[in-house]
Amino acid sequence: MAERRHGFELDWWLLTIVMLICLVGLLEIYSSTHGGPLHGMQWKQLIWIGIGFAGMLALSRIDYSGLLDQTPLLYILSIAALAVALVVGSKHFGARRWIEVLGVNLQVSELVKLIIIIVLARYFSEVRTDRLTLADLVKIGVLVGIPASLILLQPDLGTALMLVPVAIVGAFLAGIDWKHAAGVLALGAVVAVVGWHGHFLKPYQKQRLATFLDPEQSPRGAGYQILQSEIAVGSGGFWGKGFGKGSQNQLGFVPVRYSDFILAALAEEQGFFGVLIMLLLYLALLLRLVDNAQKAKDRAGMYLVMGVAAIFAFQVLVNAGMVIGYMPVTGVPLPFMSYGGSSTIFGFLALGLVMNVRTKRFVN
Amino acid sequence: MANWIGGDQKLPQGRLILVSYMVVLGILLLLLGFWKLQIVQSGHFADLAEKNRVRSIPIIAPRGKILDRYGRVLVDNYPSFSILLLRDDPAQIKRDLPQITAGLGITSADLEEQLAEARAEPKFQPLIVKPVASDADLAFVESHRIDLPELELMMVQRRKYPPDDFLAHVIGYVGEVSPEQLAQAGGNRYKPGDIVGKAGLEREYNDILTGTDGMRRMVVNSVGKPVRTLDDTEPIPGKPIQLTIDADMQRVAEQELAGKIGAIIALNPQNGEILAMASHPAFDPNDFSIRISGKEWRALNDDPDKPLLNRAIQAQLAPGSVFKILESVGMLESHVPPPDFHVFCPGYGMFYGQLRHDWDPKGHGEVDLHKAIVHSCDIFFYNVGMRMGIDKISYYASALGLGKLTGIDLPSEEPGLVPSSAWEERVYHHIWYPGSTISLAIGQGPIEVTPIQLVRSVSGIAMGGVFYQPHLLKDLSPVKVVHFPISENTVKQVTDGMYGVVNEEGGTGHEVGYPILAQAKLQDIQFCGKTGTAQTISAKGLLRLSAAERKNYRYNTWFVGFAPKRNPEIAVVVLVQGSALEAGGVAAPIAARFVKAYYQKKLGQPIQELEVKATPQKATVPTPSAKVVSAERN
Repeated sequence: MAERRHGFELDWWLLTIVMLICLVGLLEIYSSTHGGPLHGMQWKQLIWIGIGFAGMLALSRIDYSGLLDQTPLLYILSIAALAVALVVGSKHFGARRWIEVLGVNLQVSELVKLIIIIVLARYFSEVRTDRLTLADLVKIGVLVGIPASLILLQPDLGTALMLVPVAIVGAFLAGIDWKHAAGVLALGAVVAVVGWHGHFLKPYQKQRLATFLDPEQSPRGAGYQILQSEIAVGSGGFWGKGFGKGSQNQLGFVPVRYSDFILAALAEEQGFFGVLIMLLLYLALLLRLVDNAQKAKDRAGMYLVMGVAAIFAFQVLVNAGMVIGYMPVTGVPLPFMSYGGSSTIFGFLALGLVMNVRTKRFVN
Repeated sequence: MANWIGGDQKLPQGRLILVSYMVVLGILLLLLGFWKLQIVQSGHFADLAEKNRVRSIPIIAPRGKILDRYGRVLVDNYPSFSILLLRDDPAQIKRDLPQITAGLGITSADLEEQLAEARAEPKFQPLIVKPVASDADLAFVESHRIDLPELELMMVQRRKYPPDDFLAHVIGYVGEVSPEQLAQAGGNRYKPGDIVGKAGLEREYNDILTGTDGMRRMVVNSVGKPVRTLDDTEPIPGKPIQLTIDADMQRVAEQELAGKIGAIIALNPQNGEILAMASHPAFDPNDFSIRISGKEWRALNDDPDKPLLNRAIQAQLAPGSVFKILESVGMLESHVPPPDFHVFCPGYGMFYGQLRHDWDPKGHGEVDLHKAIVHSCDIFFYNVGMRMGIDKISYYASALGLGKLTGIDLPSEEPGLVPSSAWEERVYHHIWYPGSTISLAIGQGPIEVTPIQLVRSVSGIAMGGVFYQPHLLKDLSPVKVVHFPISENTVKQVTDGMYGVVNEEGGTGHEVGYPILAQAKLQDIQFCGKTGTAQTISAKGLLRLSAAERKNYRYNTWFVGFAPKRNPEIAVVVLVQGSALEAGGVAAPIAARFVKAYYQKKLGQPIQELEVKATPQKATVPTPSAKVVSAERN
């Protein structure tokens, strides 16, 4: 088995699925932006994919047990980086999310997601019993709560929420008392209510949530995005209007159609048929991740893979749900498809972790 | 080896499988959501997408032209631009407001008020901020296409009415459809901002004149910028209407009334076609064709001379001595008193215990019907009236067309009033006083007629009892005809009398009417007529006035005439209000000059009346508010 450790043991199925998703993403970004001031975005996205791919290869070769050893340091570094981003980070779209690294603005929180996956994987793997204690839950809450709060302050509700499914899926796999589960659920509800009435949410976040609850309220105001997205999706019909022919997309009615609402653009131009293919690709991606988790050589590996799966699943559910008006607009991109450097690089780095676990599966 | 890699590395396979089920379930739910939108509701959303994408801008259909009887254009259209404000982006409008108001020369208060009013209307409905754009406005909009994209130009067709208030009351005017009209018409006949006829023929024949607006469909992007034109639906222009009006005759009528308060109507008794209809003072319909300001509107409405009133069909006045014609017909037809009835007129007489004067204190001596008409002898007709009684007079007046609508094809015609004993009892709850009959006998008292009623009535009498519906549309069909047969003898006697008024020495229209026609060598056309003066104050009241006051005092002076005596082809009514002179002095020469012009045109001669153009001046005599009963004049 030793020779396998030195060769590339990549999950070619997983890579094929991801590359197909990337390809569709590139095509739809082209369709959404060509002939406008944003034309050529697909090439930028291709560069992000290349950088991400390289990052994935690099990460897959580092022994993840070494990463797990460094969790305290990684955790402290990520908290510090979030704090720095809050204080000195450049302001984009009214949010301090970015730190300029080598002339490129990178979203710190994307990297933090990765670190939280590693931190939680280590925590859960150290639980020896088949049931998490209340103390465990509190510790997990604090571990996730601190970075999540800092991200919320940027403010970036979507990314902050993305940390939550990592903890939930981990807790579920580690074993959780149903009473505790109910307690956590109740606590979540309380936090939501307090968060709403307190001053934790920015007005635009409240607006987005209120809009989600009643999109018809003001067609030209906040509900506009959701309504236009629904119109794009609905008017696509079964076969779609054709590549580059979606009026909602081409005339700019769909908001950020190359990024957060790229699925609406796809749904309009490729119809339900295109959406079906896309969602089946994501289903295949997620099931392939679960398969990798099942084959992990240890619990830590499993938690790493499932942490990645939890974030991807959350992104797909929230983003696709948002596009059809089932979820609020929280700025959650669709993995590997939405345009965006940070999120694309995160996606590939996360895949790198998965490959890493896979590489080690026959070790021991 | 770190402590976290334990010996027992059994994975929770069952829970992992449960997680994959959850994933499958989640994806299925999403697919269900997409199915609902894309398959179940796809039609609804396709409509919405289409509405998003396509903006429809109306292409206004031009209204039909209005032509005179010879096809000469009276009312035309001219293309003009309106400036629209697209209201899709309130924030941008707010930001650009100062620039827009400064550039277009409108006050921000006005614009904000308009915006506030339009708040209830759908956002895609643009606001007309400037109905008629000047060249400077056009340049402003064109040069700010980029930074003021919310301004848009719309080509419209504006009404071009004749200058100098020509034919104003007959034509009427157009304006934006009122909320009441919108509600009344119902359905989708009108939409807010549509231009419709508001008065006169513009209103009467609005359905003919109105075309069907076309539509330009344009693809617009999310910020409302047109990307390309999708298609055009061409507008269907409104149909023209041809009038019975003769523009030359109308000009004669307008000139004759210049500076006066009154009305002229000329029509053909053989078919009811109106050749000319003027009412003065008038207004300029061009002021209405854009958007009349509240100030201008109030000025027109509050003017004591009532320029908006079409006196030809809306002035309800006592007919004065013209009424004697109808009374003569009643007397001859009913044989009460008998046709050879005659009286001696000393210039006064006692009736029901009251002393009544003739208009001529010298008296007329022995008077029969012919002489009574020619000299307009009051004493004769007091006697006739006393013998006929209120209800017989009332019957003939109504039968001959007074006190009811003539059915002219104009909106807002007034009915007038012919009193009767039944009417007196119904309205005043007491019996008719016979003394009132005496006043009525010379066209005074509570009787009210309109000029159009008088000319139709006299025309019908001259035609032997065939009353045509007076009308302005040349192709009007059917033209309603009322038959009230009058015997040949009656027609002859009455028309002979009216011939005498103009053509016999001592006739009340002779001195001022006859020379005009004789001078034009038209004395052979057999111009017939009857003068009338209705005072609006009693004779005693008049005596109390000083000489200067008396001179300024207001009379309603009438002349109704026709030519020739048998089968007349032209009938004309002239009403002049506020003249200090007697009827023969003012109204009769106007009628004579008009008839002279008519025959000059008919004979192919130059129309003298149009060669010397009178300088119009505004009438200064105020209109008294109440008409006081009676006395006897001319």
